[in-house]
Amino acid sequence: MTNHWVDIKNADLVMVMGGNAAEAHPCGFKWAIEAKKERKAKLIVVDPRFTRSAAVADYYAPVRAGSDIAFLGGVISYLLTNDKIHHEYVKNYTNAAYLINPDFKFDGGLFSGYNAEKRNYDKATWSYQLGKDGYAMLDETMQDPNCVFQLMKKHYSRYTPDMVSKVTGTPKESFLKVCEYIADTAAANKTMTILYALGWTQHSHGSQNIRTMAMIQLLLGNMGMAGGGINALRGHANVQGITDMCLFGASLPGYMGCPNEKEPDFKTYIEKRTPKMLRPNQMNYWQNYSKFFVSLMKSFYGNAATKENDYAYDWMPKIDGAYDTLALFDKMHQGKINGFVCQGWNPLASVSNKKKVGDALAKLKYLVVIDPLATDTSEFWKPHGEFNEVDPSKVPTEVFRLPANLFAEQTGSYTNSGRVIQWHWKAADGPGESKDDSEILATLFVKLRDMYAKDGGKLPDPILKMSWPYRNPNKPLPEELAMEINGKALGDVFDPKDKTKVIVKAGDQLASFAQMRDDGSTSGGNWLYCGMWSQAGNLTARRDNSDPSGLGQTLNWGFAWPANRRILYNRASCDMAGKPWDAKRTVIKWTGDKWAGNDVPDMRPNAAPDENVMPFIMTGEGVARLFAPGMADGPFPEHYEPFETPIDKNPFHPDNPKVTSNPAARVYKNDMEVFGKAKDFPYVCTTYRLVEHFHFWTKHSKLNAILQPEQFVEIGEELAKEKGIANGDKVKVRSNRGFIKAVAVVTKRIPTLMVDGKKVHTVGIPIHWGFKGVTKPGFITNTLTPYVGDANSQTPEFKAFLVNIEKI
Amino acid sequence: MALQSLDIARRSATTTPAPGVRQTTEVAKLIDVSTCIGCKACQVACMEWNDIRDEVGSNVGVYDNPADLTPKSWTVMRYAEVEEKGKLEWLIRKDGCMHCADPGCLKACPAPGAIIQYANGIVDFHQENCIGCGYCVTGCPFNIPRISQEDSKAYKCTLCSDRVAVGQAPACAKVCPTGAIQFGSKEQMKDYAAKRVVDLKSRGYDKAGLYDPAGVGGTHVMYVLHHADRPELYKGLPNDPGISPLVSLWKGLAKPVATVAMAAVALGSLFHYVMKGPNEVSKELEDELEKEDAK
Repeated sequence: MTNHWVDIKNADLVMVMGGNAAEAHPCGFKWAIEAKKERKAKLIVVDPRFTRSAAVADYYAPVRAGSDIAFLGGVISYLLTNDKIHHEYVKNYTNAAYLINPDFKFDGGLFSGYNAEKRNYDKATWSYQLGKDGYAMLDETMQDPNCVFQLMKKHYSRYTPDMVSKVTGTPKESFLKVCEYIADTAAANKTMTILYALGWTQHSHGSQNIRTMAMIQLLLGNMGMAGGGINALRGHANVQGITDMCLFGASLPGYMGCPNEKEPDFKTYIEKRTPKMLRPNQMNYWQNYSKFFVSLMKSFYGNAATKENDYAYDWMPKIDGAYDTLALFDKMHQGKINGFVCQGWNPLASVSNKKKVGDALAKLKYLVVIDPLATDTSEFWKPHGEFNEVDPSKVPTEVFRLPANLFAEQTGSYTNSGRVIQWHWKAADGPGESKDDSEILATLFVKLRDMYAKDGGKLPDPILKMSWPYRNPNKPLPEELAMEINGKALGDVFDPKDKTKVIVKAGDQLASFAQMRDDGSTSGGNWLYCGMWSQAGNLTARRDNSDPSGLGQTLNWGFAWPANRRILYNRASCDMAGKPWDAKRTVIKWTGDKWAGNDVPDMRPNAAPDENVMPFIMTGEGVARLFAPGMADGPFPEHYEPFETPIDKNPFHPDNPKVTSNPAARVYKNDMEVFGKAKDFPYVCTTYRLVEHFHFWTKHSKLNAILQPEQFVEIGEELAKEKGIANGDKVKVRSNRGFIKAVAVVTKRIPTLMVDGKKVHTVGIPIHWGFKGVTKPGFITNTLTPYVGDANSQTPEFKAFLVNIEKI
Repeated sequence: MALQSLDIARRSATTTPAPGVRQTTEVAKLIDVSTCIGCKACQVACMEWNDIRDEVGSNVGVYDNPADLTPKSWTVMRYAEVEEKGKLEWLIRKDGCMHCADPGCLKACPAPGAIIQYANGIVDFHQENCIGCGYCVTGCPFNIPRISQEDSKAYKCTLCSDRVAVGQAPACAKVCPTGAIQFGSKEQMKDYAAKRVVDLKSRGYDKAGLYDPAGVGGTHVMYVLHHADRPELYKGLPNDPGISPLVSLWKGLAKPVATVAMAAVALGSLFHYVMKGPNEVSKELEDELEKEDAK
């Protein structure tokens, strides 16, 4: 979230799309209800299903699963056509006025630079026109045909209300009604918050779904405002923390990039990763990249990381390709992986195409499962009737189960969706031999290190020289880890303006990432978390909920990254002169000599408005990007069909089959072959979660099992009638990858839509069942889902694919 | 439940006057259907606080689970899909005991002290006195009490009388994430409801209102409804609930003849025979009662 949970109460309009906040985030959803009750806010829901969020909404509009960009592109077109944008904001705080390379083109559904063989883009033309001074050029009148504003206008001129309705199935009047609600918040003192989750991410164009809404929020001037922002509601209690700490192959803690094969040495790496200033006077905060990276390396390797050895850069693995979930299991499926440590994850149930995942696991030599529960994955080899048909004699994989403590049995920190890091204390000891995850991993590490010390190896240094300063090497304390992540001064840290003045004494905890240095005098496991455990102690344990602003900012509750800032880009909540757009919801303001107010300013505190330091401090230009060349699949989001589409073509480009689905999405050969076609699988299927369960955990809990005991699929009344299915009947749902059986719930809540002149029915399937647990045994829903992911994040397309259904 | 005898206002099949020196505030639980998201946290809280676990059932084609109230499920969510003015609405109502000011169950109950009404308005079952006759089921206009097959006792929501007695809100109200379940004095709850009704009317629900039916003297569990003119839309919430005339007959005659144990028991048996047919267990219990009364 750019904003935070409590801030939802400050919105004038709460939009729920690409998510189902009431069911997936019932506790946080209280703030949406608060906005309704106390602020008279309106709540609107756009979803393929009439969800429990829709049950308490003021307005609901249906949309076909997988067509969100068409819908939101239509909203952009509506806002531009009806002049419902926040002009001053757009002109000053976005790149609307920036001039783009005249060779940039969009033609036949493809942006310039496409390579069909590699399914990717050469982005050379997706660039700003640069002046002689090296800075990006602007046309402040925004009339130049090559300026972002005009290019955007042209791009979305195709997204007319009629076209939107044709592609999404949303009735035109419903679409226009939603546009009216949204357009109202273009007023400088009105805000919309958008609550989304996996309903946007789990598509082959997931990142672009979110970007389209980000563009809308920029056009409306809702970023940086209280009650505004782009708000990703994260999954379990610490998935935000996982993302920040980076459990991804391609990144390092704090959203730094993992070195790759094209960055063979430290100098190349730092040069490539440090962005250039694109406009004068901007903060360009990533220019501090080397400070964050060197501090991380010092935290990894301590005294062994020196200036002379480039802070041990050579010991870092240089990745040679993709290591995301889909890439990992594809490699495993090809027999290229020997062992797999699976910690806190149930991939047999939660990754697409269960058969492929099961077959892949059967090619391992060993599988180590670290989990509090006996997961389905840990028994992938074991027959469980028709729910898991497998011949164990053909599975050579040796499986180890290491019981871990559950979250309530561990002390540590959680980072919630609003980036607030909160310490928690364990409520009970774990049962039997279960241990904290950190103890399990540390014990493994120490054992491996001893083996390397004894037996040597090809490159033992990265293991042997790893800094391991814990009192009990087998059992690092959560407090030790948190202090290490925060970072400390290894030598005295000096004021850059006065080299004689010590600002942090050697040995002290750092108070802020601004104190980090790239000369080896500081360490820190994640620059974004710096400040959470300063000399003042563990700030994440703070529980002072006083809220003098009344906005719910509670700056002394826990610690929010970065720098305890609660609303990101909050400089944009003020006009160019530093005056809040809405004085009643002042986040910060220019007081005459500094920025101050009800939040930690997202701005150099003494940057006077006439210095023109722009609010989006992480970009080299200081403004937000309506045109975003960083995306893999286009600087403007474009509608592409899901890889399994009910209409066989992209209505925006009916004559170009190459762009039916995202042309930049990665597809593996054997997966392309098992995509189903509409003639065999005519119905759109979407998978989701129910409020009664949490992923695949709570099927092990009796209370949850009582609330939703048995697997079911939901279909609309019209489809039920066509197929002769009555409420409560047993049905079989098939995709081109397998089938599941479940009870049919026939409902008015799943509408039949008219898409491209054709009736499209939707089948909805909650994911929570499996063959392990105390609920009635069920099929793994991901038996059905396709093995393809988003072009940017590789998040699988769980939300839109094709199935058929029949009564058993 | 422990007997909080000073706070007892009424006791089933009892003619002695209630204690009257202590003043208590009338309480109420307000369920704002318009902000309920149907998450069932209230069901979990009820199971946890009261240490009851129902069976892991089956899906019968709806979200309602358990599918109905049982001796081990004292509250359930009921989901109704209705189309109003061409617009779909998913009306989600938490069902359970309404804690009537004029409780049909208590009036119908022949077992002394099996059903209690506290001065704060809570209607509670004291299972140690329950004879399992099922009259409370007949007497209830909301179809709430359930007789256990395991121990032949009647069960229902206690409004967490044990929590309320020590100044706590009922478990369901405490856990409700959206504040759809509110708890306080009946007056406070009516004031709160009035504000919610104003909000709902401003959003186009012209017939929004409070459900506090007069036919049972008002209730200590009330609903804010978007369509207060048609409570039946909410999975059969009674439009104008009242106590069965048979119960009134029982009550009207029972008082004058209460001292004549034989007659009372005879009438009880007749009433039971009319409503339920012969019941071996119940008969035995009634015989026991008769012996006790004769002492």
